[in-house]
Amino acid sequence: MLAKTIRTALFASALTVSSLAHAESVKIGFITTLTTPAAVIGEDMKNSVELALEHLDHKMGGRDVELIMEDDGFKPDVGKQKADKLVKQDNVDFVAGFIWSHVLLASANSVLKADKFLISANAGPSKIAGKRCHKNFFSTSWQNDQTPMAMGEHLNKQGVQSLYIMAPNYAAGKDMVAGVEKTFNGEVKGKDLTKWGADAQLDFSAELAKARSSGADALFVFYPGKAGGAFIKQYQQAGLRDEMPLYTVFTVDSIGLPKFQQGKLEGVLGSKMTQQWSPDMDNPANQKFVADYLKKHDKYPSFYGAQAYDSIMLIASAVKAVGGKLDDQDAVRAALKAADFASVRGKYTYGNNHMPIQNFYLREVVADADGRWTTKIVDTVYENHQDPYAADCTM
Amino acid sequence: MDWNLLITQLLNGVQLGLLLFLLAAGLTLIFGIMDFINLSHGSFYMIGAYFCGTIAAKSGSFLLGIIGGMAGVFMVGALVEWLIARKLYRSDHLDHVLVTFGLILIFDTSVHMIWGASGMAIPLPPFLDGQFTLGSLELPLYRLVIIAAGLLVAAFLYVLVSKTRLGMLIRAGASNRVMVEALGVNINRLFLVVFALGAMLAGLAGMLIAPITEASIGMGNDIIIIAFVVVIIGGIGSIKGAFYAALIMGLLDTLSRSYLDDVMKLFMTADYAETAAPALSAMLVYILMAAVLAFRPQGLFPPAGAK
Amino acid sequence: MLGRWRSLSGVTAKVYALLLGLLALAPFIFEWINQPFYLDLLSRALILAIAALSLNLILGFGGMVSLGHAAYIGIGAYSVGIASYYDYYNGWLHLGLALGISALFALITGAISLRTKGVYFIMITMAFSQMLYFLLLSLEEYGADDGLVIYQRSEFPALITMESSTALYYWVFAVLLLTLLFIQRLVYARFGRVIVGAKFNETRLQTLGFNTYRYRLLCYVLSAMICSVAGVLLGNFTEFISPDMIGWARSGELIFMVIIGGVSTFFGPLLGALAFIILEELLSKITVYWHLIFGVMLVLLVLLGKGGIVGWLRRFDAPSAPAPPSTVPRKTGETPPEDA
Repeated sequence: MLAKTIRTALFASALTVSSLAHAESVKIGFITTLTTPAAVIGEDMKNSVELALEHLDHKMGGRDVELIMEDDGFKPDVGKQKADKLVKQDNVDFVAGFIWSHVLLASANSVLKADKFLISANAGPSKIAGKRCHKNFFSTSWQNDQTPMAMGEHLNKQGVQSLYIMAPNYAAGKDMVAGVEKTFNGEVKGKDLTKWGADAQLDFSAELAKARSSGADALFVFYPGKAGGAFIKQYQQAGLRDEMPLYTVFTVDSIGLPKFQQGKLEGVLGSKMTQQWSPDMDNPANQKFVADYLKKHDKYPSFYGAQAYDSIMLIASAVKAVGGKLDDQDAVRAALKAADFASVRGKYTYGNNHMPIQNFYLREVVADADGRWTTKIVDTVYENHQDPYAADCTM
Repeated sequence: MDWNLLITQLLNGVQLGLLLFLLAAGLTLIFGIMDFINLSHGSFYMIGAYFCGTIAAKSGSFLLGIIGGMAGVFMVGALVEWLIARKLYRSDHLDHVLVTFGLILIFDTSVHMIWGASGMAIPLPPFLDGQFTLGSLELPLYRLVIIAAGLLVAAFLYVLVSKTRLGMLIRAGASNRVMVEALGVNINRLFLVVFALGAMLAGLAGMLIAPITEASIGMGNDIIIIAFVVVIIGGIGSIKGAFYAALIMGLLDTLSRSYLDDVMKLFMTADYAETAAPALSAMLVYILMAAVLAFRPQGLFPPAGAK
Repeated sequence: MLGRWRSLSGVTAKVYALLLGLLALAPFIFEWINQPFYLDLLSRALILAIAALSLNLILGFGGMVSLGHAAYIGIGAYSVGIASYYDYYNGWLHLGLALGISALFALITGAISLRTKGVYFIMITMAFSQMLYFLLLSLEEYGADDGLVIYQRSEFPALITMESSTALYYWVFAVLLLTLLFIQRLVYARFGRVIVGAKFNETRLQTLGFNTYRYRLLCYVLSAMICSVAGVLLGNFTEFISPDMIGWARSGELIFMVIIGGVSTFFGPLLGALAFIILEELLSKITVYWHLIFGVMLVLLVLLGKGGIVGWLRRFDAPSAPAPPSTVPRKTGETPPEDA
């Protein structure tokens, strides 16, 4: 009995404190990965979200903003638990973030069933863009296929005749391979899907030896996160740079480049990739975002950061459009769908499935004026490209 | 059949095998002599890489990084033995699992706090970074350096274990611990040295691989399970067993990754083979261990006279 | 029945009774203080407690330390997930599949694994669960590593539906009670005495004419089946399945729950699972570096605290309190006298 009384008292006091302090604020829950090695991505997103709130002066549509940052620990069930907490305990208005497809898939139901808005800043499994699309789900990223499809187009344009493909053996890896195969017209000389998961394969010597002996014109890879760094090193050490030029998606980004530069991996300079955004994009929103990020953290933001920044700006635009009155869900939804804000990638629109319809660019790794390694846009591959799953969505 | 490719793959397999051996050697001794399950052995592999990378970056010398790193990991290993492991040799295996899992969390989080989450790229000195050409065969030179270093350590361990007094005690300890204690040997010092030596070898493996894969948080946890498999297959406490089992594992892993899909395409569609082969090659290691345990539970090369 | 709880007296028994009472009333308490999220947290803790209880049956009482028990959580959860994927929502079917497949998998892998002992048993159980992990990882149809969303919970008759959070909670609570009761009865029965006895002196039991291998195998299969029910509940609770559920680290977490709570005690795994989830929730609120604190706690627990939470509770009882049917041996399952 005593224990029960104490429990009640504790919980009740915690409740009153939190409800008094933030009675009038717009509440945003942001779920990303802040522990495990993947924290390096989560930190980039966190930095960008915080920067976005600074740029907004912590206000949206005249109301204060309360941000609740949660760590999914790279585990789907923990992500779901955090989503439940944000929705049930914190009673947030928006849940945003999500790096990983499996964490998003596990968490989406909790958010959507509770009639909250879900804004993905990166993860976008194809199901949620197609058959399982939802009126309250919005994305500020892309579909897995789009970026490698753009790369396939570029390879055709370059007159590349044959290709060797490497990617990790998991859902996104297979999507990337399928994407490039969809548009690339030449011959695929070989393909390796390497072990992924808890003890992912990081030594690619066997595969690189196979690639070399295949005699393909070029090498296409997708190795996100730490596998990207490992791959680039071995590509350089294998001396393949002159024999087989490297084309990547989501492998070389601002998270890896400072490390590559420190490790003097010149092999990565000049390598090409496709992406919907680049730090050098010439629009006021992006210049402000990149310059301030650079000033604050002494490094370039990554595309994860750019998408996280956009997710906050998207929410801000909707809250402003409805004058801070979030009770009118239909109005908020319409405002989100309008995407009427200055995205750092330039203006984009939403398709019927609430995935962006946007440009895809070819980027090249270069050194900037200060000698810092970064990426630069060299070509536009797709204009206003829509993902192939939109047709499956009945919204 | 592309013979150049096969030779390259065989060398890659040997290289992976020798790295596994460096990890497994310490593990099997600590296991065999102290009867201590050290899940955190992989943490020594990780901090070895970080120590080496930090010293190499500060001093500009990779070799200095290796030497300093080895000394550093030896000290950390000794510290762990002295503070924690020593108190638990006589307790339950479950306690070992729990305490060393705690140590993994402590090491991983400490590395996160000190060096950040982004990992560390370790540049190779130019004289190690080239290509080695023999006829039409072309190999990264550094791969051969790893193989040479691994063989050197194996030879050193062979001499140490079979020709020195310390080695005699180690052998005796692996076969019959109680007897060694009864002989009045300073068992505390022997355990300390073996533990720190094992940690140092794991650290060396981490340093050798880091220029290829980068140093990252949790890098040791990924490989430690395979190292355990090597120890089990080789026979607990047996350096020789660890050596052969590590080579078998290295070759099995590398060759199955390169040839299994071709083999499977012989009796199924290419599409299916391409997805099934990586899954099966990931499982092979465990299938082999289950088979060995089912038919020869004491491992392939148990130490002479071990119970 | 009650007479059998003789090992529970004094403070320990009062704590258990209070705990069960609180758990029974939990949905009302959380509703009253308007904190529905804590009910979710508690549901998760109790589901893991069921899995930990099943592990304790083989690990604590039987001396078989398995580092692959999460595989059975996976089998249970995938039974729900894959059946629902083909639009079969019947809950009895899900339970049947889970029990059947886990029994079969446990029978085959157990028959091989139980030829080994001690640390070899740890490694071989881990190996089998890793094989299952990589198999699930390659099943693209069922989402591979992206996992599979369960859009509808298992269907049961209206009286025992699990649709709402509260209904699911009482499902979990009921299964928990049944599991506690079943294991307690099993351990005190002749079957249990053979299992516990074989942990300490297998030769003696064999001399007495018991085929200890068969007893152990049956015990292993029973434990796997209970664990698969926890998997069915977990699948329904998270409404999502992925191979991530059965990695070896997950099996490790189950072992921690058992040890934190108290090995070879009836209530230990329940206390351990609660402590584990509460710690995780509290510590992760303090700092992103909470794993460091958690790691230090694990180390200190082993170095200082013997017997886990239950051991600690028992210190408040009279020193004459009777011991449970078994205590932890110095080296779990590592006494193969005959093949030395």
